[in-house]
Amino acid sequence: MSVLSDAKVGQGGVVVRVDGMDDVAIRLLEMGLTPGTEFELIGIAPLGDPIEIEIRGYRLSLRKSEAARVTIELTA
Amino acid sequence: MPAESPPQTLTVALLGNPNTGKSTLFSALCGVRQRTGNYPGVTVEKKLGHAEFHWQPFTIVDLPGSYSLAPRSPDEMIAVDVLLGRQNAVDEPDAVLCIVDASNLERNFYLVSQVLELGKPTVIALNMVDVARDRGMTIDVDLLRNRLHVPVIEIQANRKWGLEELKQALVDTLKVKQTPPESPFPELFQAEVTKLETHCEQEFETPLPRYLVERLLLDTSGYLSHGGIREINDSIQTAISAARQRLAGAGMPVPAVEAMARYQWIGQLLDGVVQRPSSRPKSFSDKVDRVLTHRIWGTTVFVLLMIFLFQAVFWIAGPASDLIDWLKSHASNFVAAALAEGALQSLIINGAIEGVGGVLVFLPQIFVLFLFIAILEDCGYMSRAAYLMDRLMSRVGLSGKSFIPLLSSFACAVPGIMSARVIENPRDRLITILVAPLMSCSARLPVYTLLIGAFIPSQRVLGVFGLQGLTMFAMYAIGIVTAVFVTLVLRRTILKGATPPFVMELPSYKLPGLGIVLYRMLDRGWAFVRRAGTLIFAVTILVWAAAYYPRYEAAENPSEQLRHSFLGRAGQLVEPAVRPLGWDWKIGCAAIASFPAREVVIATLGVIYNLGEDEDEQSETLRETLRSATWEGTDKRVFNVPVALSIMVFFALCAQCSSTLAVIKRETNSWRWPAFTFAYMTGLAYVAAFLTYQIGSLFVG
Repeated sequence: MSVLSDAKVGQGGVVVRVDGMDDVAIRLLEMGLTPGTEFELIGIAPLGDPIEIEIRGYRLSLRKSEAARVTIELTA
Repeated sequence: MPAESPPQTLTVALLGNPNTGKSTLFSALCGVRQRTGNYPGVTVEKKLGHAEFHWQPFTIVDLPGSYSLAPRSPDEMIAVDVLLGRQNAVDEPDAVLCIVDASNLERNFYLVSQVLELGKPTVIALNMVDVARDRGMTIDVDLLRNRLHVPVIEIQANRKWGLEELKQALVDTLKVKQTPPESPFPELFQAEVTKLETHCEQEFETPLPRYLVERLLLDTSGYLSHGGIREINDSIQTAISAARQRLAGAGMPVPAVEAMARYQWIGQLLDGVVQRPSSRPKSFSDKVDRVLTHRIWGTTVFVLLMIFLFQAVFWIAGPASDLIDWLKSHASNFVAAALAEGALQSLIINGAIEGVGGVLVFLPQIFVLFLFIAILEDCGYMSRAAYLMDRLMSRVGLSGKSFIPLLSSFACAVPGIMSARVIENPRDRLITILVAPLMSCSARLPVYTLLIGAFIPSQRVLGVFGLQGLTMFAMYAIGIVTAVFVTLVLRRTILKGATPPFVMELPSYKLPGLGIVLYRMLDRGWAFVRRAGTLIFAVTILVWAAAYYPRYEAAENPSEQLRHSFLGRAGQLVEPAVRPLGWDWKIGCAAIASFPAREVVIATLGVIYNLGEDEDEQSETLRETLRSATWEGTDKRVFNVPVALSIMVFFALCAQCSSTLAVIKRETNSWRWPAFTFAYMTGLAYVAAFLTYQIGSLFVG
């Protein structure tokens, strides 16, 4: 188990949980990062942050500090 | 035949995720028949449109684009209040029109599932069915309709396709009663909501709608229970915490339970409705994205685009003001010929025509900038720009979305501030608006050019850099450094709070629609003229009066008259205050005259040093006059390098633009923020000019 901010470009996996109860956590959940959801890391912005993922058939960008809240399981 | 009473106007609330074509649908339904205003106390724009279908009139309330109906700020509360009929500024909607992106149903239905819980008659507009088809998706609309028990209408808003059926469905909601769908939440959760609802009924005089009770239970951000809903008391707070504990114990932790329940409901709803190709082929949009977010290519394209955008606004500013000048001089000549010399003639020429010109001169810049922004937004690049710049902007506590408004402000703060609407977070938007006027705009350029040309020696530093060019660069740099400083201070003082989320959709690329792009451009231009235009006009008239009155009959030239006018007296009055900056009263007077619009300073200096009004910054005579100007009654020169620098620094930082202040008032819906901007910028400008002169004099003096 690791966190989304540590994933490499091209890696995929499933969301395990989102930590916290604040705005950031609620927004991540609303955008579809619920437990069991598959994702793929599409890219990292040129300056090293934020990251771009594909989830539920669309593209989402989030900062690494926010991605660090998301516990994931990488698929091999 | 008995006369039928005209049908009641049907009020429809229009709601949808961002990037679903909501504005396109709104303008396709209402055309130009719309009104904009503000909701009291917030910065959300109130937008109402009118449409008709078979003599049935509609009022359509365009609510801000949103991913979720879960208010965590006063701005987000507006949509919920409107939908529940708790917002007095608009009528309670008879029906809700929810627009969804057919190519992205899963996430779009999150909002739909919340809307359905409101229990209002609902119609779902399935937009961009063509995009979904192109991606190889098929959608069984009949099955979806049967499962939801609400009308689902396929449309293509950009082609105005399906709108008749949509309006028919809205009219029908009045006749056919909809059965409210089952709650997506587990029974235990619903029981907790009911318990809390009963508790609220005992405590409050007017019952709280069930949807808000549910939100209270779910809102862990604390907004609703701490002010969002006024009536909440300690007893309710305790009940909420207890309920959350019981739910967590039962494996339904708040807030995750909501997203889990809704996405599970969506999964069941769409199972068998949406068929996707088994392996998703990389679409054209994906390939474009690979290039545009690439480390090297993406950055290159971005930099080129931004240079182009900035240059376009900058270039249009010159010819536009030339054109306005041309129009002004023709209009003035006409008036001068038609009217006898006197107060009325002067009022029309120097007040009214100047005032109208002062408003019109901004229009071409607003049009060009918003043409670009509308294209960038509509094709999907805008969020990529924010994605690319976020790291840089987050260093000072803003987000990538602030980049374009701030960049545009180097050309002109007026369109720059208006473009801050792309920032959803109210605090980030406000900070961006407050620091945007610090970016050196094109109107400061004549001041820099004049003073640098007259007083900064044309020599090289370290063999490569021209001293004049370096001074110009320093003026731009001082604005940026001050903006960073002000942002950091604001974020730690009056506008502090947690960093807002930067969780943002990167929509698919598409060709921008000509109609919606032109519509947004004209909409912004018109909004500026209507809301800021009157104020700019009024200020221009005031300054005219201050320079024209009281009349000094013995005046031999315009300079004498100006000296004896209210403006001239004000200049002499503030002389003690501007002496520490190295200025004489004439410079003080020119600075005061420039508060409505800083470009006035050149003409005022021309008049005050008795050269006539037609001086421009390139004029050799004006430069010579400034160089040889002396303190009154002495032969000591007024201007030297520290004085010139002190004037430039003052102009770089001071809020000398009534248009900017009028736009801040319009965008923040309050006088507080333009007043604040004026105070902090003028204060900083004074202190910085003081330091520049005093320190500079140590070296030169």
